[in-house]
Amino acid sequence: MNEPLGNEMYTLHINGQDRPVRDAWVGESLLYVLRERLDLPGAKGACEQGECGSCTVLMDGDAVCSCLVMAATAVGSNIVTVEGLIEQNPTMAVTAQAITSQVTDVQQAFIEEGSVQCGFCTPGLIVAVHHLLDKNPDPTELEVKESISGNICRCTGYGRIFAAVEAVVQVRKANS
Amino acid sequence: MSTVKQDVRARDILGASALRPDGVAKVTGSFSFSSDMWAENMLWGATLRSPHPYARIISIDTTPALLISGVSAVLTAKDVPGKATYGLISADQPVFASEFVRYMGEPVAVVAADHPETCRRALAAIIVNYEVLTPIVDPELAMLATTEQIHPDGNLIRHQHIKHGDPHATGDITVEGNYTIGMQDQAFLGLEAAMAFPDSGGNGVELHIATQWLHEDRGQIAACLALPEDNVRLVLGGVGGAFGAREDISLQVHCCLLALRTGKPIKMQYSREESFFGHVHRHPAKIWMKHHANKDGKIVKIESRMVFDGGAYTSTSPAVLINGITHTQGPYQCDNAVVDGYAVRTNNPPCGAMRGFGVVQACFAHESQMDLLAEACGLSAVDIRLKNAMRTGDKLVTGQIVESVAPVERCIRETDAIPMPDSMANDADVLEFPGGSGRTADRHNIVRGVGWGVSIKNLMYSEGFDDYATARCTLSNGVASLKFATSEVGQGFVTLAPQIARSVLGVDDVVLETSDTQIGSAGSTSASRQTWMSGGAVDGACRLVRERLFEHVGKQHNIDPIRLMVENTDVIDTVGTFRISVADATQGITLSETFEHHHRKTEDLDENGQGNCHVAFAFVAHRAVVDVDIELGLVKVVQIATAQDVGRVLNPLSAIGQLEGGIAQGLGLAVMEEIIMDNGKVKNPSFTDYLLPTALDAPRVVAVMIEEPEPQAPLGAKGIGEPPCISVTPAIVAAIRAATGKALLRVPVRPQDICL
Ligand code: FES
Ligand code: FES
Repeated sequence: MNEPLGNEMYTLHINGQDRPVRDAWVGESLLYVLRERLDLPGAKGACEQGECGSCTVLMDGDAVCSCLVMAATAVGSNIVTVEGLIEQNPTMAVTAQAITSQVTDVQQAFIEEGSVQCGFCTPGLIVAVHHLLDKNPDPTELEVKESISGNICRCTGYGRIFAAVEAVVQVRKANS
Repeated sequence: MSTVKQDVRARDILGASALRPDGVAKVTGSFSFSSDMWAENMLWGATLRSPHPYARIISIDTTPALLISGVSAVLTAKDVPGKATYGLISADQPVFASEFVRYMGEPVAVVAADHPETCRRALAAIIVNYEVLTPIVDPELAMLATTEQIHPDGNLIRHQHIKHGDPHATGDITVEGNYTIGMQDQAFLGLEAAMAFPDSGGNGVELHIATQWLHEDRGQIAACLALPEDNVRLVLGGVGGAFGAREDISLQVHCCLLALRTGKPIKMQYSREESFFGHVHRHPAKIWMKHHANKDGKIVKIESRMVFDGGAYTSTSPAVLINGITHTQGPYQCDNAVVDGYAVRTNNPPCGAMRGFGVVQACFAHESQMDLLAEACGLSAVDIRLKNAMRTGDKLVTGQIVESVAPVERCIRETDAIPMPDSMANDADVLEFPGGSGRTADRHNIVRGVGWGVSIKNLMYSEGFDDYATARCTLSNGVASLKFATSEVGQGFVTLAPQIARSVLGVDDVVLETSDTQIGSAGSTSASRQTWMSGGAVDGACRLVRERLFEHVGKQHNIDPIRLMVENTDVIDTVGTFRISVADATQGITLSETFEHHHRKTEDLDENGQGNCHVAFAFVAHRAVVDVDIELGLVKVVQIATAQDVGRVLNPLSAIGQLEGGIAQGLGLAVMEEIIMDNGKVKNPSFTDYLLPTALDAPRVVAVMIEEPEPQAPLGAKGIGEPPCISVTPAIVAAIRAATGKALLRVPVRPQDICL
């Protein structure tokens, strides 16, 4: 029992950068490696079972639960986390009202429409909504609900989240 | 709610939809929740829990765990230097079980190691010998004197009797029912997490913790650590929701003990499964209730017996019980009552605070009763409620006069005026059917129902408890800084506090200092109390600073300070033309004041349950429209109409968020959420098996806020957090009854309750 836990070495491609991982245990999830080894705590863990969506990241363009992906199997994939959305979507950058930070249009709408309370579900939802609107720029109400039904929010009852998605759709329509 | 935002936010003062100051951090992922903390050299902590609901501990052997490489410490009951137990009302819960384990999941040991996986291996290596005992899980059995007492303090946690008016009064009609409320979980998203840093000398510790009440935690932790309170510093870690589940100690003492033992920072965080065992739940309850009424529907007397299952330890059970029984009548007039309430210890998981705090249980019973009464008198659900609606000046069954603004009738009428939703479209998507993405419902079996629920909720703590709040305001160079220990758990106090400062002081820049124990207590973020209590403290501190500002300006410019006032961002002379901006007036000076806000005193109940035990009350009405597949027992909540007595809306965007969020939780209790117990064992401790409302379950909420400022409240605003989740549950169940004709005496309503 005196062996070190692990000495895996691999490199992940995250938010446009190669991120080497050293001395890792092979059983670590992508969520763990992002949060604990790569200083990317934006993805959250709230169930580690694929049920809540807090850990949502994009992997080769798909929205996945990073808690269900073994980090060592994500080598070679293009991973985007909530921290990388702004660089990945420079055209969506806006300056949040009364604050000088750059955020995406979806992030902006979440702030302005009151979609954030405790905010624990928020990063996962932001990724999920970007993913939805990339694939389907003009979703019906039902399509919105279905596409985020894997993201649990315990605080808001979802009403303000729907409002944020609607706001982004309208702004994007007006701008296109 | 057609529009929740004001179009123009000229200044983010009270009444404006000011945006969250932590919004950018939360949407970009940079906000630091307590689970996001990391420190050089830190170790992970983890907890060994009992697999049995009731057992005697014969022996614990920790040596095999200590031999594992990477393990730094293994602690059990004998390693607790101070008080062996803790608790909010009664310190009856062990830091670690030593002789007995009394519920499944009770902590037995903790480990510290270099990696979460090492922790798991270490926990698996600890050998605990148990003599498994037969758990006592039925509160009715547990409360009998002849039953084995499972704790030295006995099995009956509290009994309270209420006798009000004439106990022998009768009416023309009686209706009665036996109601059951299941065990609900708060299911906050951000799991329990903390990080403890030991002081270099080992004589103190700093704990960063997601909690509802820093000072209460500190007192309990310090006692267990045998350290002076000053040597235990708590800092609020980012909190991912609370809803009552963070009012009790969970990993606080364990984390500090490990830090002090190892001399290293310790990070602890629960998994979702562990979280189901790691915090208290909503009390399951059984309530018998009987209404006596006149033929015209006027309530004459209510009799009730309420039994709350407190689980293995006290937590807040005595207070939850009192809330339940003192709200027996609901928001209705009632001159005569006989009520008995029991909070009982069993080998089920400990139960304590959850949004609604005892009133949720009582409300399900009294609202079900109101519908029975309506039927017996031939009145509509609306008319029976209007007929009995409580008004300011009416008496509760405790004899307390309701001095609060009490717009019950208005809540009902305004809810009733909200248009009904359209009937289901012919081409409706199957996703809109009951059962949603299960895609199993058959359109021909879908029946629509409408139901009502109205409630009263006490605000703040009761029974003589002085739950004051403290805040400090410092004004300098046109910037106000605010310091308080108030827990921001998502509700938006960090948005509100600057709004107050802007309104009072005429500044725009407001800085929030860290919430920690370096200032007096703010009390708990619970009981719908922080807007009133911490809001009152911030308002009070800002007003004191404003007086100092007027004195300063008056002296500088030779004006009697009494003539000065703040207008927008200026100090002006009300009888002259003098005007100076607050920014200019405070250049180079610092004005700082601290204020404690206390609400009015309350009293204990006497042996007949009489006494002014509550501070104030808020009211709300809900109307639910549901579609039910009567063959499969599936329910879709289509619309919730609501009118809530809020006193005054301080931030429309935050307010609607509280209403919608509370409604979703009440919907959860109505049709999906329940911790399922089997002889003391939790059967569904995961998000796979404990179902929570998703975006597809969210009903359309149409809300009206009734603004009649509350004279007692410092800002005129009542707490709005709890009422939304209380009467929505019975409203939904009533709607299902209307659709199905079933009696439905328990929540959550399960498919088999409808279709079998
Ligand atoms: S943590 Fe991955 S889905 Fe919940
Ligand atoms: S904002 Fe708290 S879980 Fe969504």
